[in-house]
Amino acid sequence: MALGFARGVCEIFRPVSLEASATPIRWAFLVDTQKCIGCGFCVKACKLENDIPFNNNVSRTWVERYVLTKEGRTYADSPKEARNGFSSSRIDLGNGKSQNIPGENIDKAFFVPKLCNQCEKPPCVQVCPVGATYQAADGVVLVDRTWCIGCGYCIMACPYGMRFFHPRYHVAEKCNFCYHRISKAMEPACVLACPVGARRIGKLRDSRDPVAKIIETGRVSVHKPEYGTSPQVYFIGMSYEVR
Amino acid sequence: MHVLRPLYVVLLLLGIILIARVFIVPKDFGVYERGYTYGWHRAGNAEDWKAVKVQYKGRDYCVACHTVQGQQISTSPHRIIECENCHGPAADHPLSPKKLNIDRSRDLCLRCHTSLSYPGSMRSEIKGTNPDAHNPGIQCVICHHPHQASKPH
Amino acid sequence: MLPEEMWTLKELFVYPNEYIYWSAQIVMYPFMTGLVAGAFVLSSLYHLFGIKQLKEIARFSLVLSFALLMVAPLPLLLHLMQPQRNIYIFMTPHFTSAIAAFGVVLFVYASIVASEIWFLYRKYIVERSLALKQKFGKDFADSIRYLIYTVLTLGSFDITEKAIQQDRRAIRILAGVGIPVACFLHGYAGFVFGSVKANALWMTPLMPVIFIASAIVSGVALCAFTYIVAMEIKKFRVSHPKASEVQASRQKMEGIETRVVVITVRYLVVFLIFSISLELLDLVFRGYTAVKSWDILRNVIYEKDFVNIFILQYAVGNLVPFILLLMPRLTIRRATVALFLVIFGVFMMRWNVVIGGQSFSLTFSGYMSYLMPMIPRDFETYKEGLFGVLTVVALPFIFFWILSRVLPLFETTTPE
Repeated sequence: MALGFARGVCEIFRPVSLEASATPIRWAFLVDTQKCIGCGFCVKACKLENDIPFNNNVSRTWVERYVLTKEGRTYADSPKEARNGFSSSRIDLGNGKSQNIPGENIDKAFFVPKLCNQCEKPPCVQVCPVGATYQAADGVVLVDRTWCIGCGYCIMACPYGMRFFHPRYHVAEKCNFCYHRISKAMEPACVLACPVGARRIGKLRDSRDPVAKIIETGRVSVHKPEYGTSPQVYFIGMSYEVR
Repeated sequence: MHVLRPLYVVLLLLGIILIARVFIVPKDFGVYERGYTYGWHRAGNAEDWKAVKVQYKGRDYCVACHTVQGQQISTSPHRIIECENCHGPAADHPLSPKKLNIDRSRDLCLRCHTSLSYPGSMRSEIKGTNPDAHNPGIQCVICHHPHQASKPH
Repeated sequence: MLPEEMWTLKELFVYPNEYIYWSAQIVMYPFMTGLVAGAFVLSSLYHLFGIKQLKEIARFSLVLSFALLMVAPLPLLLHLMQPQRNIYIFMTPHFTSAIAAFGVVLFVYASIVASEIWFLYRKYIVERSLALKQKFGKDFADSIRYLIYTVLTLGSFDITEKAIQQDRRAIRILAGVGIPVACFLHGYAGFVFGSVKANALWMTPLMPVIFIASAIVSGVALCAFTYIVAMEIKKFRVSHPKASEVQASRQKMEGIETRVVVITVRYLVVFLIFSISLELLDLVFRGYTAVKSWDILRNVIYEKDFVNIFILQYAVGNLVPFILLLMPRLTIRRATVALFLVIFGVFMMRWNVVIGGQSFSLTFSGYMSYLMPMIPRDFETYKEGLFGVLTVVALPFIFFWILSRVLPLFETTTPE
């Protein structure tokens, strides 16, 4: 343990991520916001695949809606994390309030699916006091449900608000790219469920991977790069209004 | 030298903690590929996650038996929707669950078919309706066949 | 409904998983460790720097610091979703996390305080043990007392002058070493918040310093406050027909009390000025640099939390006691009011940091309000509600009272 700590101190000066990685796989995700129709089947599939109680207001993934009016105001919501899709034009303002934006008032509106970025430098892992959350060699950040003490520091540390407490297991929880599926050459549930191909997963550093090709050669962006987390979910059609 | 006695007590407590560590900490807990900062964990956990049971099986699993419905939907715009999106995950069906849910509620259809005129979004391209004006409270499937959406029921 | 959902009110655009996860008990924890650190620093002002006027309050503060320390882990235990796994912090600490420092710092600090108390009371403990050993007709209570004191001697009965000199030296060393450790005990709590880059309100290098400064303020204030209460109880006993073993007259006690409080208050005012300056500096800087998060923070600080911050914390908790303490001819009564307000002010500071930092969404376009459960309906609403807070507030005084039965607070026949 002392050796581990000493190595940890050295890592401040020379982060592990700088070293050339020996692992062949690094999972990355591609979200195409121009395709998303706000059906919310991804959220439903995620909850049912990953044992997250459907009617609890937490989720490993969600879809946001942005509506920009002609007056220049931006409205955004994610009603019940979009588990039932977007079946109303009324924007959820929280606390039971909502507001209808008539169609003729809208300059642009779009949907943005969000999920854990499996950051290259995950702040949530850095702050875990007991080593219950960690990053696997292929880049996915996992939570050890048998070791998490439920302090909530990782939840506080995520700049993207991805983490939460599992309503039944009472430990930290988050999207893990359906690790049990991708390890068997299956797609994550949300990728399978998406009817329009707005969600895709791929392997960086794999020359044959089509998703990796898009990320490497296309115009893509990431969410909140200013936090220095080096997120690995790439977005097509990300707009400046997106929070 | 009585001055050192408190130190002995402290060292004893420290010793107890170190001994407890041997019994409580799993043997495979350590520093792995991502270093101490990002890779300090119990190695066996990754395998625990890989062993989680898969719930969603995908269309191929369904149409292996349900060929008729597979055929019906293959010519419909709804072919882009996975069977399990509406019917729930297959899991070990037909062993468990024996039957999958047939959700006939309005809400299921309104996920996509509530008309939202959002300029620039693919959502505007979907044929939709105003749910408050178009037969409110009545199940959509009474008139519209979900597997052959373009044909009347 | 999830417990965190129950006490969080969301407004406008908030991410689905965002709730006020760090609620009442996380406000209490830095408050408690702050009191621990402050009480210890006050005690060390005498034991290390030899400021004679603080002799009366020095041992009092040290024992109070220990009583507070014993309760300090309780808010954390109550907060954890898996409290039975709390030992994992000692088993597999991940030192890249500020919270992992808790295990080490608590252990080291507890060792130092316990050791210093042992050296301070050793002569008394040995004397009591020997006296009880020779006593005939010991009843049950006496047997227990004998057992306690004998165990506390740690097997050493040497109370020669040379041994007492060694004790005195040990106290000085421990008081000196203990100050940075006490500062670390609370400073790390400040680092826990200040290093969270995801939280726009918490993220500042000033956070550990602000925490330590306000910790010392609260600790000193609590010691002075408790000292006054203890002295009032003593004075009451003296004037009451059933007098205690203390011989001093009421007049003499009042004189000592006023002198001690006046000196203590002077140090308090210095730390108070330092603490307020840091907080105002942080506020001014944020407004001046106006980074991306400033719009939402400005709304939280100047509108939503205006009363909590400017009325309760700065005005009632800092400005009013400041004036009260600086007015000439300080009386015990005025000091008591001022000290209570200072402690309240520091509590509000912790509240405004912990809850304030969760009052806005990561989207910077939404708000969350904290509705602390008042009436406990189940264990969740108890531990993270008003009664959970009151329990944590009350317990140190109960432990303090128990400790005072074993280690007298105002004994004067000991090495100092």
